Amino acid sequence: MFQNLGEMLVLLGATLGTLPRFWQERRRVAEQLFDIGNSSLFMACMLALFMGGVLSLQTGPVLVQRGLGSSLGGLVALALCKELAPVMMAVLIAGRIGSSMAAELGSMQVYQEIDALRTLNINPIRYLVFPRVVAIAVALPCLVVFANLVGWMGGALVAQFNARVEVSWNAYFSNLRATVEWMDLANGLIKSFFFAIVVGVVSCHQGLTTRGGPRGIGRSVTKAVVNSIVLILVLDYALTRLLLPLDNGWQF
Amino acid sequence: MAILNASPLTASPVVSEPPSSSNPGLPVSVRNLEKSFGKQKVLKGLNLEIRAGEIFVIMGPSGSGKSVFLRHIIGLEVPDAGEIRIGNELSTSEAIGDHYRLAIVFQSGGLLNSLTVAENIGLYLSEHRLKSRDQIAPIVRDKLALVRLSPEVGDKYPSELSGGMRKRVAIARALVVDPQLILFDEPTSELDPLVGLTIGREVLNLNQRTGVTTVVVTHDRDLAFGIADRMAFLVDGELIALGTPEEIRAFNHPILQQFLAAEFK
Ligand SMILES: Nc1ncnc2c1ncn2[C@@H]1O[C@H](COP(=O)(O)OP(=O)(O)OP(=O)(O)O)[C@@H](O)[C@H]1O
Ligand SMILES: [Mg+2]
Repeated sequence: MFQNLGEMLVLLGATLGTLPRFWQERRRVAEQLFDIGNSSLFMACMLALFMGGVLSLQTGPVLVQRGLGSSLGGLVALALCKELAPVMMAVLIAGRIGSSMAAELGSMQVYQEIDALRTLNINPIRYLVFPRVVAIAVALPCLVVFANLVGWMGGALVAQFNARVEVSWNAYFSNLRATVEWMDLANGLIKSFFFAIVVGVVSCHQGLTTRGGPRGIGRSVTKAVVNSIVLILVLDYALTRLLLPLDNGWQF
Repeated sequence: MAILNASPLTASPVVSEPPSSSNPGLPVSVRNLEKSFGKQKVLKGLNLEIRAGEIFVIMGPSGSGKSVFLRHIIGLEVPDAGEIRIGNELSTSEAIGDHYRLAIVFQSGGLLNSLTVAENIGLYLSEHRLKSRDQIAPIVRDKLALVRLSPEVGDKYPSELSGGMRKRVAIARALVVDPQLILFDEPTSELDPLVGLTIGREVLNLNQRTGVTTVVVTHDRDLAFGIADRMAFLVDGELIALGTPEEIRAFNHPILQQFLAAEFK
């Protein structure tokens, strides 16, 4: 995996290099965006709803026991927007979108479609990789915003209706409003943007380097998903550390 | 009669497709070309010149490295040693596609499965913004007719076509480039004899009309001897014979003679 990191950085560089042609690629970017939204919005909704719910369920009784029930909203919301929503959405996208991108590009590689593009003097990075990476980089932060809202709801529902929590809807959301700041939201969105780049580049790289026929495609798909998830979690720590100063007024 | 002849309808000669004068064929020069995959040496020091504008046919037993050789010419493979020059450029140069128009018809077609046939054929023009959408449609119809496919095929996807139809679409896509050098990897291998004949004629026709340098890899002896200006015979990555069709027929080499004489009796 790590010998590929260099190659992936090169691919990322080459992809950024095609940025000036963005306008020409807008239609393909839109197509990809549509695909992503279509295939992951419902899943994201389910995931977020239950993530928020289970957070409430796990922490609610503990907090209530200690008389801290009123801070449940802020706790659930912060956990979601700074950590869980970006990471879980990125994992979802790696599994749903990254895998299919690796499979698609992998089969194009195996069946000489990429060679055909090259011989037509069409840069496969601009034609194939760029629209996909851009689409993920736009879609993932949007999904995170969406997941935050749905997840907060999920937490609130459990807080309100579970007998062992019983924190009212109003108390939950007033604490949430008092606790969560724009910076916290931005924190999660910045992370998710980088996760998106990771998923896009890793998946496209695996696809483009597929060797050895249909079995190679299967291998590429697995590697795309596993490598994406590992890199997301490693990067998550690094980014969290780097973004810490954001919380306490830029003091390291 | 004289009056009839003077009528505007017959006075001017019928204009067929004008020869594109901006389209001189490119010469290809191959020096000491070597390539291995793992331990297997596939090309063992090839040396040959393909002249501008000729039809150069490559024959040889299956697995002798013909497709690999074509992939080197078009720049998809990097040689282990030696070099290929097309015009004044190395085959591996990044910018070669900006300076020359090259095209290849892959053995397996290499069509983009996510695009329709018409989009495949028009891809070069649409991607490089050479023509508007309205201009591309008639060109696509033209090229489809040239390879004997009906216009309705344009709306299908490659997966809905037969192997032979895919091959012909790939040929149409290569012709759209208006190439200065075109490589065919077994253009007639999946075609019925009649369509094979048309494609052979079209290769010849294209070469005469535009002067494109044409390299054809084929197992079809009739096609080879029918269209070749010169031929090469490749065995195990080595060039064992090179010359005009007559010279090749007369060349005394056991594998070559077996290859040419093989008949199902
Ligand atoms: N990408 C590759 N990796 C490893 N070996 C390869 C690769 N491509 C080709 N070869 C090997 O190179 C040799 C020549 O292959 P090539 O496809 O050029 O044969 P060919 O002359 O075109 O045969 P045919 O007439 O059957 O098409 C074969 O032995 C093949 O196994
Ligand atoms: Mg071959």
